Amino acid sequence: MTTAHDTIAFADALKEFEPVIGLETHVELGTNSKMFCSCPTAFGAESNTQVCPVCLGLPGSMPVVNRAAVESTIRMGLALNCDIASWCRFARKNYFYPDMPKDYQVSQYDEPLCTDGYLDVTVETDAGPREFRVEIERVHMEEDTGKLTHAGGATGRIHGADYSLVDYNRAGIPLIEIVTKPLVGTGELAPQVAKAYVTELRDLMRALGVSDVRMEEGSLRCDVNVSLNRPGDPWGTRSETKNVNSLRSVERAVHSEIERQAAVLSSGGRVVQETRHFHEDTGRSTSGRSKEQAEDYRYFPEPDLVPVAPSTEWVDELRGTLPELPSARRARLRAEWGVGEHEFQTMVNAGALELIEASIAEGVDPAAARKWWTGELLRIANDREMELADVPVTPAQIRRVESLVADGSLNDKLARQVFDGVISGEGDVDEVVAGRGLAVVSDDSSLLAAIDTALAEQPDVADKIRGGKVQAAGAIVGAVMKATRGQADAAKVRALLLERLGVSE
Amino acid sequence: MAEMTTDLVRQPAAVLAKAMAEGEVSSEDVTRAHLERIAEVDEQVHAFLHVLSDEAISAARAVDSRRAGGEALGPLAGVPLALKDVLTMKGVPTTCGSRILEGWRPPYDSTVVERLRAADVIILGKTNMDEFAMGSSTEHSAYGPTRNPWDLERIPGGSGGGSSASIAAFEAPLAIGTDTGGSIRQPAAVTGTVGVKPTYGGVSRYGLVALASSLDQAGPCARTVMDAALLHAAIAGHDPRDSTSIAAPVPDVVGAAERGDVRGLRIGLVKELGGEGYQAGVSQRFAEAVDILTSLGAEVVEVSCPNFEYALAAYYLILPSEASSNLARFDGMRYGLRDGDDGQRSVEEVMALTREAGFGAEVKRRIMIGTYALSSGYYDAYYGQAQKVRTLITRDFAAAFEKADVLISPTAPTTAFRIGEKIDDPLAMYLNDIATIPVNLAGNAAMSLPVGLAPEDGLPVGLQVMAPPMADDRLYLVGAALEAALVDRWGHLLIEEAPEL
Ligand SMILES: [Zn+2]
Repeated sequence: MTTAHDTIAFADALKEFEPVIGLETHVELGTNSKMFCSCPTAFGAESNTQVCPVCLGLPGSMPVVNRAAVESTIRMGLALNCDIASWCRFARKNYFYPDMPKDYQVSQYDEPLCTDGYLDVTVETDAGPREFRVEIERVHMEEDTGKLTHAGGATGRIHGADYSLVDYNRAGIPLIEIVTKPLVGTGELAPQVAKAYVTELRDLMRALGVSDVRMEEGSLRCDVNVSLNRPGDPWGTRSETKNVNSLRSVERAVHSEIERQAAVLSSGGRVVQETRHFHEDTGRSTSGRSKEQAEDYRYFPEPDLVPVAPSTEWVDELRGTLPELPSARRARLRAEWGVGEHEFQTMVNAGALELIEASIAEGVDPAAARKWWTGELLRIANDREMELADVPVTPAQIRRVESLVADGSLNDKLARQVFDGVISGEGDVDEVVAGRGLAVVSDDSSLLAAIDTALAEQPDVADKIRGGKVQAAGAIVGAVMKATRGQADAAKVRALLLERLGVSE
Repeated sequence: MAEMTTDLVRQPAAVLAKAMAEGEVSSEDVTRAHLERIAEVDEQVHAFLHVLSDEAISAARAVDSRRAGGEALGPLAGVPLALKDVLTMKGVPTTCGSRILEGWRPPYDSTVVERLRAADVIILGKTNMDEFAMGSSTEHSAYGPTRNPWDLERIPGGSGGGSSASIAAFEAPLAIGTDTGGSIRQPAAVTGTVGVKPTYGGVSRYGLVALASSLDQAGPCARTVMDAALLHAAIAGHDPRDSTSIAAPVPDVVGAAERGDVRGLRIGLVKELGGEGYQAGVSQRFAEAVDILTSLGAEVVEVSCPNFEYALAAYYLILPSEASSNLARFDGMRYGLRDGDDGQRSVEEVMALTREAGFGAEVKRRIMIGTYALSSGYYDAYYGQAQKVRTLITRDFAAAFEKADVLISPTAPTTAFRIGEKIDDPLAMYLNDIATIPVNLAGNAAMSLPVGLAPEDGLPVGLQVMAPPMADDRLYLVGAALEAALVDRWGHLLIEEAPEL
């Protein structure tokens, strides 16, 4: 039960305490086959159709390491400035759970493939952008578990469910786990830094092509560690919040955990070392298992697999395949587009870079591309609570709209209506223009007819204008725009009106 | 060869294969003869858990018709075989001697079975074993003990007692066993048959239900050294589905068995594997075999492997540790037994009840030891130390193989003991594997072959030959030479002295 006293306001919390945060991020690699067998990894297949004796852990079956997964992990490690182990092993993490076919997970324990790297991230502050270096403890490989669905019961959790179903299609999909070192000194920016870090990781993985990071399919999962201490004191006891599965949730989870721990500590309480579960709907977490009763995973080296020993030559070869990394790319784009730091950060935050870049590549004027993606299309995305990248407008459509604006067939207002139509599924740009009858009315005679009608309806306004009160023209222009359903060029209407009445500005 | 057809079941595989190749007898005849023998004696011996009568006959007919069509077939084509119930065979019950797997029919073939099929070997059925291969007597099978054809009141060894008893009882000329700490060699020793544990990684473990992954190895069981070599060659070789399998050519075991020559060979007598704790008749027959090897031209030297003293202790930490993890999957969720699922109990409770009901006492004992040994705070003291001992034992072997081409010892300290004699004394049971365990820890190759009967009880004694990794051919060089000399002396194979059933 949440009461007003369970948390204290974030700003107040930060006056008293300093946060230390850490993130463990699991991402599904985009390999065609699973970590230890040749089953496909495609998302959305019918349950338990992408399985074999190995990923079902049938008695007698044995794993074989997917070289592509090792390769992706090494490339990720290199991009994160890590050292790559010349020899390392998989380990078994033993615990009983029905989503694990073997009742152990093949993972890496004390011999990770990549260690000691870093990732620089930038967050926007009132005083301008600030950069933080997030140190990476390790990057390692492991296999995913199956997916449980609990039917019946109130909580959707295993306890209290009438029955549970398991889909082992996900079992054995390769995961990469990226673990940061504890990050200090972020202060009130801790939630943003956490979000910026995960965003940067996502972009990095996409740039490397090791994963397309489909957040909506649950292919990225975060565990967020938070502790608080008073300035000068040693670090406090940390909690680990699991089930944080979107960028927004990463920020919210750090934010709410700082508030919660601050309330506990301020009231003289003790933070319990525990696992907490994050709830997307409330943005809050609830207590899970406490570490005092934590399981002992009895790790030991996986005897069914030989060690992974990437040669120096192979690692060097992979280093040569690294593409331009997101931070370098951002610096290049900002220079190419010649935009200010603040404006550029807005584009980054909106997730608009790729979209703008693609539109420019399609032939859209750079300024127009930026205007649409960070203006009208971003507004539509926000209205519809979707990611900008998911707005169903293509660079080619933007180019078409722009060309119609350029030749005077559309104005900005009509162009917005065209996008609305495209997004609402009314067809391509020209189909929407035709379907909605959207075109700038440039035919003088029909405009003059509309002007005459308006003048006849408002004779007193007409007299005022004739008498030199040019500012009264707005009422007539408005009426004409209304009559033409916005399809007229307002400036042109105004010019025609004044000409008609023999008045000049 | 009229007399042969009446006596098909007593023929070695090589003889049967040759007779079939020459058209003297069909695989169907050979297979039927063995199925009849099983029907006749297996009630007493209980070597088999599952007999594939119809499948074996139709497989034999298929081989016969391909042979009739002029197809060139392999050296074991049409020969029947008994398969230890720890290897998967598509659609055929695989229990590992455990209640927890009762009714499970694997949807896939193990690599060993795939290779047997490719070699046109006829699989007669699945043989009894200690539950999940944990034991030295086959008394730990959930389906009742197998009996030693030499004396039905005695154990046939374990864990592969079903496989060794089946060939000793002439129910099959060949069998597949698996050896984690001696489970091929000790049963061979106490049943007067031949058994080989190939180099670790020599035979694919894909489809072998794991007891201890770093120790398990499948291998051939037979009544002659040559038969073992033929079977070894049929199942060995690299398998991409087992990443611990060795990507190198299989040593020429058949060629070595044909040559059977120890002249100039340096044979090391392992000081630590003999003497105190070994039955008098075992030591006596072993010493006589050493004399024969000397007379055949081998140079016998004594070697010392001081760390073998710790082998048993290390083994009983490593094996249970790996087993505790390997056996975790038997939780009643996906296959096999499920106990206590009344619609009210939690998944954890059903898992616990299933494992309580499905596993026998020895399995539970080892799961508990392993779980303890891997626990946080104990890992270094137990599992970690055991791995260090393992390294020392491997070094002992390496040093010994500097002085000798092969090493020898008695296979087991005693002949077959009575059923029930050691069932309540796990340590006494474990000591039966004291001479075979070092080889599993180091991963090299070893063979047991019969060298006579102990005078005090008239039961078979086995001699163990050990070779360096991937020098499995040396086992056959020594084994074939010694076997030939003994057959010369006795006028027949030792197994011919087994009483009629
Ligand atoms: Zn699979």
